[in-house]
Amino acid sequence: MVLEAKNISFQYGRDTKQILENFSLRMESHERVGIVAPSGFGKTTFCKILSGYEKPDGGEVLLDGKPLSSYGRYCPVQMIWQHPEQVVNPRLRMREVLKQGDEIEEYIVEGLGIEEDWKNRFPAEISGGEMQRFCIARALGRRTRFLLADEISTMLDLITQSQIWSFLIGEVERREIGLLAVSHSMPLLESVCTRIIDLEHL
Amino acid sequence: MEEKKVILDIRNFSVSFEQYEKGFRKTGLPVIRNLDVTIREGEMVAVVGSSGSGKSLLAHGILGILPYNATMGGELVYDGELLTKERQKALRGNEIVLVPQSVAFLDPLMKIGPQIRKGKKDQASREKLNGIFEGYHLKNEVQELYPFELSGGMNRRVLVSTAMMGNPRLVIADEPTPGLHMAMVRRVMSHFRELADQGAGVLLITHDLEQALEVADRVVVFYAGTTVEDADAKDFRSEETLRHPYSKALWRALPQNGFQFIRGTQPYVKDLPEGCPFGPRCEWYTEACKGEISCREVRGGRVRCVRAV
Repeated sequence: MVLEAKNISFQYGRDTKQILENFSLRMESHERVGIVAPSGFGKTTFCKILSGYEKPDGGEVLLDGKPLSSYGRYCPVQMIWQHPEQVVNPRLRMREVLKQGDEIEEYIVEGLGIEEDWKNRFPAEISGGEMQRFCIARALGRRTRFLLADEISTMLDLITQSQIWSFLIGEVERREIGLLAVSHSMPLLESVCTRIIDLEHL
Repeated sequence: MEEKKVILDIRNFSVSFEQYEKGFRKTGLPVIRNLDVTIREGEMVAVVGSSGSGKSLLAHGILGILPYNATMGGELVYDGELLTKERQKALRGNEIVLVPQSVAFLDPLMKIGPQIRKGKKDQASREKLNGIFEGYHLKNEVQELYPFELSGGMNRRVLVSTAMMGNPRLVIADEPTPGLHMAMVRRVMSHFRELADQGAGVLLITHDLEQALEVADRVVVFYAGTTVEDADAKDFRSEETLRHPYSKALWRALPQNGFQFIRGTQPYVKDLPEGCPFGPRCEWYTEACKGEISCREVRGGRVRCVRAV
């Protein structure tokens, strides 16, 4: 499959800075693309647009030539957010958080190192690293075709980082999911991605 | 070389939380045990370790801002005197400053400028803040905005500016750089380094080992609430010069060193194994690791492992 962003422009509100201007990106589902840029460059905003959380002022996002909205209730482009604690419902147990998306196969939960008793806890009772594993699992539903990873490992320690990334790389390769990784760490992107885009020096 | 003056000496420090189990039964949850860290004048000490190893609690313990159900043990010695509650209260914000981990520490109802200047309106503090903001690529208009109007990275830089406002003796930076891009991280780090070179002690809490190694003099490695290794930053150049198996595992997990990981997770404080907390994940694990493990001097560093050579 091909995910295409065509001439995207975006700004929050009328009097603020133009964040994205005529930005285009095309990626195929066997690719792992890395994005680097200074903060405030619109990386998160771009991910939000790609996964349908935000509508661009100009331009369009196409998945295999069709707009995202034509894909039914589950969006095949899933985003993993930088701050997992902001994207889980604090009133749900982690077990229910996992069920919010598409059907998730059991080996994913195991492969990410999620332990059985974490599932009974509420978001406030688990650490950021543990919660991020749930969020990654939730984004890897059966119908996911593209995965946008927006700084998903900055809050994790090195060992957890390499654990999660090696699982993710294996998974996206096996299922031919396209991966877009946003990070400030060049060594990380160099070992994860097949292609790196530097937004500042385009 | 003359031994530099010790600013903060943390000895056998511990933090435990009081929790209610079923009904009124209370239990203590020891999240930090046997922690030793020393910070000297002009020295930058990095604390690295996995998330949940108690790094932030250490910072909050030093400032005396732990939640009410936490109990501290051990000794904190600041400038040769015991750091009591009263002294903590008098020193924090003046001599001891904290760069907090989360942008949620900013007051959402106060404009950035007055907040960082702590309400001071005189020309000198205004000019100082302008200078600091310029260095961090923050426009002067930012001072008239509220925290919610800034991006995550901008708020980060605002937080870091707080440390540069006064003339601190001890700076505690708790994960000051996530969400910032490389060039800005370097700049922030070099400013902390400058503060250290001017004689302050800097305690840098981070899990970004690479950044820590670029600027810090010493690196202290935490695991499950205790110090497992205290080493010179130079020792992290290769796996062989490190002492503790957990530090070696951290080194191997860096993307440029193979991106390898070890199985398992850090144990939850309630079900810590007997003896060495790292034992169950360690390839060196033997009978001897099940006893009490004390800190030893090995090749000029300190390590809490019976097998380290």
